[in-house]
Amino acid sequence: MMPFNILLAVCLVYVIALFCVAFLAERRAARGQLRFLRGPWVYTLSLSIYCTAWTFFGAVGYAARSGLEFATIYLGPTLVFIGWWGILRKLVRIGRAHRVTSIADLISARYGKSNGLGVIVTLISVIVAAPYISLQLQSVTLSFATFAAQGPETLDLSDHGGMALWLAAGLAVFTILFGTRNLDANERHHGVVMAIAVEAVVKLAALLAVGVFVTWGLAEGPMDILTRIEAQASTGWTLVPSRFAGMTFVAAAAVLTLPRMFQVLVVENADERHLATASWAFPAYLLLMSLFVLPIAVIGLERMPAGANPDLFVLTLPLQEGHGKLALLAFLGGFSSATSMVIVAAIALSTMMSNHIFAPAWLALRRRRGGAGSGDLRSMVLISRRLCIAAVLALGYGYYRFSGGGEALAQVGLIAFVGAAQVLPALLGGLFWRGATRVGATLGMVTGFGIWFYTLFLPSFGGGAVLSADLMMQGPWGIMALRPHALFGLSGLDPLLHALVWSLTINAVVFFLGSGLSFPDPMERLQGMAFVNVYDLGPGAKGWARGQAEAEDLLSMAQRILGAGAAQQFFQLEAARQGKPGFLPDPTPGFLTALERELAGSVGAATAHAMIAQLTGGASVTVQDLIAVAGEAAESKEHAAQIEAKSEELARAARALRAANEKLTELARQKDTFLGQISHELRTPMTSIRAFSEILTEPDLPGPARAQYAGIIHEESRRLTRLLDDLLDLGMLENGKVRLSVAPVLVRDLIRRAIEAAAHTRPERVLRYDRDVNAEDVILTTDADRLLQVFINLISNARKYCTADPVVLRIQVRRDGDRVVIDVIDNGAGIPRRAQALVFEKFARLGETPEISGVGLGLAICREIMINLGGSIEYLPGQGGAGFRVTVPVEPPVSEA
Amino acid sequence: MARGPRPVFLARRSYRRRRIMDASRLLPVLGTLVLLLPVLWTPQPGPATAAVWLFGGWAGLIAVTAGLARHLAPAIEAEEEALTPADDGADDGANNRSGRG
Repeated sequence: MMPFNILLAVCLVYVIALFCVAFLAERRAARGQLRFLRGPWVYTLSLSIYCTAWTFFGAVGYAARSGLEFATIYLGPTLVFIGWWGILRKLVRIGRAHRVTSIADLISARYGKSNGLGVIVTLISVIVAAPYISLQLQSVTLSFATFAAQGPETLDLSDHGGMALWLAAGLAVFTILFGTRNLDANERHHGVVMAIAVEAVVKLAALLAVGVFVTWGLAEGPMDILTRIEAQASTGWTLVPSRFAGMTFVAAAAVLTLPRMFQVLVVENADERHLATASWAFPAYLLLMSLFVLPIAVIGLERMPAGANPDLFVLTLPLQEGHGKLALLAFLGGFSSATSMVIVAAIALSTMMSNHIFAPAWLALRRRRGGAGSGDLRSMVLISRRLCIAAVLALGYGYYRFSGGGEALAQVGLIAFVGAAQVLPALLGGLFWRGATRVGATLGMVTGFGIWFYTLFLPSFGGGAVLSADLMMQGPWGIMALRPHALFGLSGLDPLLHALVWSLTINAVVFFLGSGLSFPDPMERLQGMAFVNVYDLGPGAKGWARGQAEAEDLLSMAQRILGAGAAQQFFQLEAARQGKPGFLPDPTPGFLTALERELAGSVGAATAHAMIAQLTGGASVTVQDLIAVAGEAAESKEHAAQIEAKSEELARAARALRAANEKLTELARQKDTFLGQISHELRTPMTSIRAFSEILTEPDLPGPARAQYAGIIHEESRRLTRLLDDLLDLGMLENGKVRLSVAPVLVRDLIRRAIEAAAHTRPERVLRYDRDVNAEDVILTTDADRLLQVFINLISNARKYCTADPVVLRIQVRRDGDRVVIDVIDNGAGIPRRAQALVFEKFARLGETPEISGVGLGLAICREIMINLGGSIEYLPGQGGAGFRVTVPVEPPVSEA
Repeated sequence: MARGPRPVFLARRSYRRRRIMDASRLLPVLGTLVLLLPVLWTPQPGPATAAVWLFGGWAGLIAVTAGLARHLAPAIEAEEEALTPADDGADDGANNRSGRG
């Protein structure tokens, strides 16, 4: 027999191995080695979270009680998958095109990005999931207890709750570690998916091993099994057509609407073609999982003592026959089934709760306090997700304690399935019927869920627990028509089927009537068309009429959600597409839509929409847009597309020309100003040199005065030389005639030297530096003196021009491939939009600050230096101050010279 | 809908692909029939017979799906281009060759 502590040790080793798998997968993903991780097989295996502990243990119990009916749970998904071309493909296409993060997000996005619907779906899902999670906890503790009872030493395991608590806590830690590592735009979790795929193999292998042992070890092959099945058949095994069809339907609905299935099926899908593989491979997996269920049940009924729990036959049968190792494998299989389901469910539910309940609440709270504010939204969202994961598991554990366990496993699973199926009409209607509206979907779901709650969920706690026995028999207030198990007098059906028929029928009818009688608003109609016609329209209709938002505000918002690097890259790409340099594209409708979709990948469609609406003033769709998009049949689409392409090209050219023109005009003006400036700069020292040298010719000048005047002449001529040096330097740099002395240098040293050297500029000012010294530990091979010159210039500029008090200068260094990116950002007023394009031009001076010396060559020299070093320097907008980004290659570019 | 003018005639390969898509959409209907059949038989067969039928039919459905999916996976990419006449022209060439052969 297996000692209990060895079982614990094996369990621990297995969990650690899973951690390693998840960790390695994350690392490979980070390195971009995704071929295997995102292949069709891992995808198919990850779908196996459909087979929970309920399947693993409960299916045998179900088969022992009801015979072949257990197979309906797998036949439903099989039917959905073999028809993948019709429904699943559309679902996945929409999910990918609209960056859907969860089923609640999909429903909310389809019905006009209504957050209210998202909240409803989230609440339904959480209520449905709690018993299901508790079921998983229960099955693991039960299987532990089974082992303990068999062991030689009698461990006191009367406190099952304690073990369930430990299990829930461990799962929460795993899920938080690997489920909330990032706010990836696509919400993919490579580590988790890989771990689940491994668990899928383990549970299949375990069940097959027990099945083979039973069929060929305890019985004499398949034929023998068939005769024994025939002999064992009891009255409970008669197949009831209505129940059989109903169960199959519920299972088919569940595979589409359960949040955890949606997570692996749609959100984690990396390629639509994987669905082609999964379409037959997943049904095959289900077939293999259920192949030996009936044999195990039959042999268990034969051999086990009467009264043994058939839900645990998979475990107790090998144990009784003295095969400890096989039992251990079976135990690990059950453990795998339970943990993988809980992990994915927790991720899916926490995403929904955080995106649809906490994020909008937080946004509303801040809006009430006023001001757009700043601060990192990412960490807020991540923390709320982590809390939600803990909350989901706590909920499951709470239900476990409350219900006390002990119920037949299968029953709880089916009740949850029927609850989840209430989302089905709104989901399918949204996918295939343009007439479906938010009002209809809301009313339908609420009604259906209410009926489910009353006729199935509350009675499931047993007679007298929540609903009194009297109420069950006589109906509330003695109204017979309202008896929970015989609504409107329909009493012939068993409770589950009864609840299914009433809840889904009324749900669908209310959904249809509500949709038909209400009138959708423009956004809803746009989204409806984008979803229903997803194959024709591509990623969706443009939802934004005109850009009234400032690109800079949009950038600073996007940075807080996507992270600085990703947001800047996105804006830069878009600006390049529009033919503009820098980070700030014009806020065209197309750009706003793309940005919204990008944000939706992190925080959900409704929140993303609300955030952009906040910045644009809310004018999202006008009637004109609607007419433009809805005039589908009217005009030849191709013609329109051509014109659009042309006009877009023209607009791009015009934008580029306008930018060039503005720049030229400004430059010409600047040059005039400069000529005046340089004459002035040259004349002032020349005048004083001339005046003082004249005085010096006086013969009877006292010694100290002579020394003082000579000093002034010296200082003034030094100023002249410096000016001429700068001009010469610039000329040389521009012509590429500089010789660089390249050597390895530590960025940290460079920055330190620059700070020291810049301290001479306006020494009376006190600067605080915000640095990450560890990040600066990067070695560059470049011309250190020249690069130093750039940093000194940037820091001196901050000392000279930054208006804040005290000045805080943020210096951020990070490695980006074969380049190092160094951001120098102060906390002052920044540089106005109009001037941003000009700061790097020669002689550009912003405003007139007469007390500060300088002729406006500093940044021009910096730019030329960076070009010579093979890097670049750019103005970084949207940082809450003037920000400059210096990009240097780690190795110097190979020069042709 | 907004798809613009679709070609009226499709080349043989595209035509065949469309029919495979149709088959794939209809397969669940056939599947439902196959899987519900043992429940509807009267008198009801013994559980062993029903199980053999059920699992056999199930495996058959999986095999058919796998066969269809093999032809449909490339179509996911080709679907968009198959709708444009340009693809038809290319297919016509193939057709003519097979016609001559």
